[in-house]
Amino acid sequence: MARALINVPPRAKKGDIIEIRTLISHPMETGYRAGFNGSLIPRDIIRSFVCLYNDIEVFRAEFSPAVAANPFISFHTMATESGKLTFRWTGDKDFDVTETQEIVVE
Amino acid sequence: MTGARPVQSGNRRQFVSRVIHVAIGASALPLAVSKARATPDLMQEAITKLVGDSKVREGRVKLEIPPLVENGNTVPLSVSVESPMTANDYVAEIHIFNEKNPQPYVIAAYFGPRAGLAQLAARVKLSDSQHVIAIAKMSDGSFWSDGADVIVTIAACVEINE
Repeated sequence: MARALINVPPRAKKGDIIEIRTLISHPMETGYRAGFNGSLIPRDIIRSFVCLYNDIEVFRAEFSPAVAANPFISFHTMATESGKLTFRWTGDKDFDVTETQEIVVE
Repeated sequence: MTGARPVQSGNRRQFVSRVIHVAIGASALPLAVSKARATPDLMQEAITKLVGDSKVREGRVKLEIPPLVENGNTVPLSVSVESPMTANDYVAEIHIFNEKNPQPYVIAAYFGPRAGLAQLAARVKLSDSQHVIAIAKMSDGSFWSDGADVIVTIAACVEINE
């Protein structure tokens, strides 16, 4: 299970634009590197990241091998209502991690 | 000493032909720049695949990336796009391209009006000193871009294979 760090403000005023920062542990192996025996190390990357705000998609990103190991990504969203933010990373080798964070909007 | 004259005139001839070449190159350059800088073909191909026949204009997008990075394995970059982010006028997509990695694609991000602010920060790998381009697609279908040159002292993807 990959470790994910998510930074969401726990509470916000309605209409505020909040910054969300996420980091997940993952090697992001490009598939272009050779191992010690000379053969290529197969590609193993996170392909996509999606953020849902109360089950509505607010942000999505497609990664290529050029994204650094332990992908960090930061973006913004408008605080509309209290509820939960769901973050999902999917990728090669059936990589699939989902995390949620609560947010209180007043 | 006796051979000095012919050599000099040869140099002059070379020099003149070089000046002509530079002049031709310089006249071709503005054309290349207007196409979001047509450097290596792969990147241009990838950009064409995204924008199709639309024109990519410079401006509205701000790509921030350190001009000199020591380690190409983690290069922080951020892109912000000027937009009111209302339901009718918002930034739909931000794409980042590079010219010297094995693949021209870096990251593609998809936004909606609910983003509030069209801003994206991430960390990427760069295999060499190169030009990086960010292209934003607006909700009206127009494309805007910004580019930045980066000098990388230790390239990514070379630790083991060299």
